[in-house]
Amino acid sequence: MTTITEPALARSSESGMRPLLDIRNIAKSFGKNPVLRNICLQIAEGEFLTILGESGSGKTTLLRIIAGFESADAGEILMESERLDLLPPYRRRVNTVFQQYALFPHLSVEDNVAYGLRVAKLPKAEIAARVSESLGMVKMSTFAGAKPANISGGQQQRVALARALVNRPRLLLLDEPLSALDANLRRQMQVELKSLQREVGISFVFVTHDQEEAMVMSDRIALLRKGGMEQVASPREIYSRPATAYTAQFIGHTNLLRGEVRTGIARCHSLSWRVELPDGQALFSLRPENIRVVGSATGNLETNFVRVRGTIQQQAFHGATDLLQIVCDDGLSLSVRTATRENRQGEVLLEFSPADAVPVRESLDRN
Amino acid sequence: MFSRAYKAAITLPPLLWVVAFLLMPYALLFCYSFWSVSPSQTIVHAWTLDNYRELFRVNVYLQTLFRSMWIAARVMIFSLLLGYPLAYFLSFYAGVRKDLFYQLVIIPLWVSYLVRAYAWKTILGSDGVLNTLLQYVHLTKHPLEFLLYSPFAVVLTLTHIYTPFAFLPIYASLEHIPRNLVEASHDLGASPLQTFWRVVFPLSIPGVLAGATFAFVLSFGDFLAPLLLGGPSGIMISNIVVSLFGAAYNWPLGAAISFCMLLLVLALLLLSEKLEKKWSFR
Repeated sequence: MTTITEPALARSSESGMRPLLDIRNIAKSFGKNPVLRNICLQIAEGEFLTILGESGSGKTTLLRIIAGFESADAGEILMESERLDLLPPYRRRVNTVFQQYALFPHLSVEDNVAYGLRVAKLPKAEIAARVSESLGMVKMSTFAGAKPANISGGQQQRVALARALVNRPRLLLLDEPLSALDANLRRQMQVELKSLQREVGISFVFVTHDQEEAMVMSDRIALLRKGGMEQVASPREIYSRPATAYTAQFIGHTNLLRGEVRTGIARCHSLSWRVELPDGQALFSLRPENIRVVGSATGNLETNFVRVRGTIQQQAFHGATDLLQIVCDDGLSLSVRTATRENRQGEVLLEFSPADAVPVRESLDRN
Repeated sequence: MFSRAYKAAITLPPLLWVVAFLLMPYALLFCYSFWSVSPSQTIVHAWTLDNYRELFRVNVYLQTLFRSMWIAARVMIFSLLLGYPLAYFLSFYAGVRKDLFYQLVIIPLWVSYLVRAYAWKTILGSDGVLNTLLQYVHLTKHPLEFLLYSPFAVVLTLTHIYTPFAFLPIYASLEHIPRNLVEASHDLGASPLQTFWRVVFPLSIPGVLAGATFAFVLSFGDFLAPLLLGGPSGIMISNIVVSLFGAAYNWPLGAAISFCMLLLVLALLLLSEKLEKKWSFR
């Protein structure tokens, strides 16, 4: 597509595709409080990107800067190589689904959806056609005449989505749109939202604090911590190859092993394994599901696995799996995920592959 | 929860108060409006519709009634024209100085009505502040007579006095508009002007109606401003009621006029309440 017709542009970008949105070195402070530091992020055409972070990480501020409700102190945002951040919000081909939906209470569902097309002064017939198409897409056609106050939260959510998508934006921003829904409806909406995004092919930037939600829906996750970008990667990569200790702990559950590397051998308590790292202090992330309980038997074990003996301290039932807290003989404490079995007790032998101990960077202090 | 005796004990005093000081006087007023005055200046307690006939027969009563409504309508319009932009600015753009501006609007309400009316008298009089200034800068040769003792003076003074009453409900309704609705409107491509007319103004209509009702009803029944600044051409219906109850000693006719005013105001309140309900969405 772009790569064939515009080869010059294709070469200029890292992934070979010109990004739809290019966020360059964005910084923002509220008073003396820095909320965003030197944020760089590219969003591709048709991509579902999630900005993930705890409350106070700056994720909503970043979204509001893209939408134009806040202005950045430094940096620039380009959309298709043109400055986006200089335009007022009503000139940006970006639409937002707000956290509290922000439907106009004095307008019916239909008039809410038609709002953007009416202010753009489109022909009446086209407005009617696009509104009914949009309402059909989110299965709200039967509620066209209702006032927002008379429909449920999940339905308001759908209307907010239709109201944004009917304008055919280049980019849709979603500010924790599912956080007000109860757990079951939320899971259902996650699936619907994802399939809707594939259907319309519009790039989505989705803000959430829920790492599970981020994993389920996203093509890529951008993890923010205290206003700085911690890591941007696909869900699989960010889970299996976390770059920092914070990422490893925030996404899923992990054991952080602090050790030392000397001449290609990593040591942590009594454990040791081969690594290809320079000498010095090192930090490793070891997922609980990558540690196996091999009982106390000594059979034909794989030779290069790391093994350690420990005592089960605690067993927590998680439905499909159990999470065991094990204190090893050398004092090291580990979380281990296993298939569920009642009343695990006593001494066990644990093993893991050195390849699953992922070296991670220490997360920098940001204050 | 509470015993019946307790409930009765707390409802009774306010109920008695309303009956004794509101309903009874109105009932008495209603009765008076059907009585008459004998040539010997005593009240004749015989039922008659003469007072109401008199009201519609003598031109000056109806004329003054219509003039009062016209003055009240102008006060209402000017109060809204001043109060709305003020409330809009305060609610949306005053930022950290919001509270200060709000107090500045409220403080005049603590100043006596009479003081403010007299202030206008010294400003508008033929050797008042305004006329002196106009002559000093040679804009006029003689004092402008229409400034004082005219409907103009009454409308000006009443607008000054009742603008805060129009401002307050408008401000309250603007403050209740969730700001994310304004953002949503901008997000959907509406310019600030389009946003104002399509979102902000429709949602502030209940406040506008309440403010308009306040300004109209309060100035319609006013008698001090026309007394002090109105002159013969600025007389309002309340001045006639006052003189009928006083020097003219015709309480029955005064009661009949008062009762008509009461009905008019009640009809207006009812209408504005109906409209407010239609335009509120929470």
